[in-house]
Amino acid sequence: MTVRVETARFDPGAETNAFLAAGKGAGAAVTFTGVVRSLPDDPITALTLECYPELAINQLTAIVEQATARFGLLAATVIHRYGTLLPGEPIVQVMTLSPHREAAFRGAEFLMDYLKTDAPFWKQETGPGGTHWVEAKAEDDVAKARWE
Amino acid sequence: MKILYFAWLRERLNRGEEEVSPPAEVATVGNLIDWLAARDEAFALAVGKRALIKAAVDARLVNHDAPITGASVVALFPPMTGG
Repeated sequence: MTVRVETARFDPGAETNAFLAAGKGAGAAVTFTGVVRSLPDDPITALTLECYPELAINQLTAIVEQATARFGLLAATVIHRYGTLLPGEPIVQVMTLSPHREAAFRGAEFLMDYLKTDAPFWKQETGPGGTHWVEAKAEDDVAKARWE
Repeated sequence: MKILYFAWLRERLNRGEEEVSPPAEVATVGNLIDWLAARDEAFALAVGKRALIKAAVDARLVNHDAPITGASVVALFPPMTGG
């Protein structure tokens, strides 16, 4: 089990390969990478994430432990960045390993749904209209609640 | 006791942390928010709706009824928007 909270840019492919190599003969690995979004009708120039690192480590560790027990995962990794990021850069990567695909998929989805609402990061978007804090979304609470 | 503020709460208060010494009857996170708001109108305005504010005591996420007696660090912040 690995939890990393850091500012440096990571290489999603290299992280995936290292995770797969450590997994040896396990049958199913799922990788999810969250990327800074900038769409034509809602462009941004930068995304700044504020973080409370000590609480983030505690929360992410608890969420990974919960997912590991619930879905019988053989391994799980969460990498979450903070600081100022540019469109296209990776923000978050979740990786799960299991003998079968269903647990790997469900485990990864569970991790993402929980970390959206329960890990202490706050997004601030900068675009043509200036800088604003991203508001928490009700659908993120709904996505988390379906696991309860 | 040290209090940490994050995101828009930190910006509105114009400070990321402060040292406070609440009296003994300020026993929970909710009591602490009320006490901070009572001594400073700017804090009351910055916080807005109390129910929106999340809290951690010594780097553990807690509810407003959680005790703060003996805590070294209490963090107050808006809903989280990571991922």
